[in-house]
Amino acid sequence: MKGRWLTWAPLVVFMALALLFAGRLLWPEEHVIPSRMVGKPLPAFSLPAAASDRPALDSRQFATGKPRLLNIFASWCVPCAAEAPQLMALRQAGVPIDGIAIRDARADVDRFLARHGNPFAHIGLDARSSVQLALGSSGVPETFVIGGDGRILHQHIGDIRADDVETILRIWQEAR
Amino acid sequence: MRRLVFLLALAFAAPLTAQTALPPAPYANQQLADPAQERKAHELMLTIRCVTCQSQSIADSDASMAADLRSEIRVRIAAGEQPEQIRAWLIERYGDWISYRPTAEPITWPLWAAPILLLAGGGVLVLGRIRRRRRNA
Repeated sequence: MKGRWLTWAPLVVFMALALLFAGRLLWPEEHVIPSRMVGKPLPAFSLPAAASDRPALDSRQFATGKPRLLNIFASWCVPCAAEAPQLMALRQAGVPIDGIAIRDARADVDRFLARHGNPFAHIGLDARSSVQLALGSSGVPETFVIGGDGRILHQHIGDIRADDVETILRIWQEAR
Repeated sequence: MRRLVFLLALAFAAPLTAQTALPPAPYANQQLADPAQERKAHELMLTIRCVTCQSQSIADSDASMAADLRSEIRVRIAAGEQPEQIRAWLIERYGDWISYRPTAEPITWPLWAAPILLLAGGGVLVLGRIRRRRRNA
């Protein structure tokens, strides 16, 4: 009896592994990589202006005692256009927002903002993703809530949907 | 058949997400002049995971972010930084996840112990066999 079990064991193990592999191939794991920088001070950076009618962005503009949003976007990024109305809503609610345009060109950023609205106070151009890497951000769009002490309080990965606005607004208000 | 044609078409299609209008960063696809430095940089790139194409190393990935990180690594190596410093800098930002090199964190202890346990298990089996054979002989 025991011998028969052992005979079938390899087949059972094989089937289990085959199922596991097939499952992972058909439904790959969607992995979001949260930044380990949340809770730490914003890394120091100084970026040139990305748009014609907004000043450049410096990390020192954040530790001013008031929390701000830092939105990582790009004119070539489709979900960034999708989240534009939500950013405008946050701006209307009184949240100051700064932007970092990734791998972008000024003419493209201008066109993007003219088309989708411009909620930003400052916009920095990160042509080589170096600030994005320093932030531990892994894509566009992403939005960070930066506390008045210059500490990163929260990271929102992906576009801000209509039902995310409330959460981000609450985190910002609690930081005031 | 239709599905096959579709899959083939997908395989040869241009990348779906054209990621940027800018040309790649200066050292994304260009090697460093110093072969020793280039080797160091390349060895590190092989063990750093791309955050966009998550099953590839940045050495293999065509994603813009991987290109930017390759350039960043080459520039830092050329400036005299050690590969392990750069790895630590990345782990500080993205966690162990970013590095393909296995760590000695508690979560990987079973992995490191597996060969020893398997060897011990095998030893016990062999010993059992030998004893049984002796008794029978």
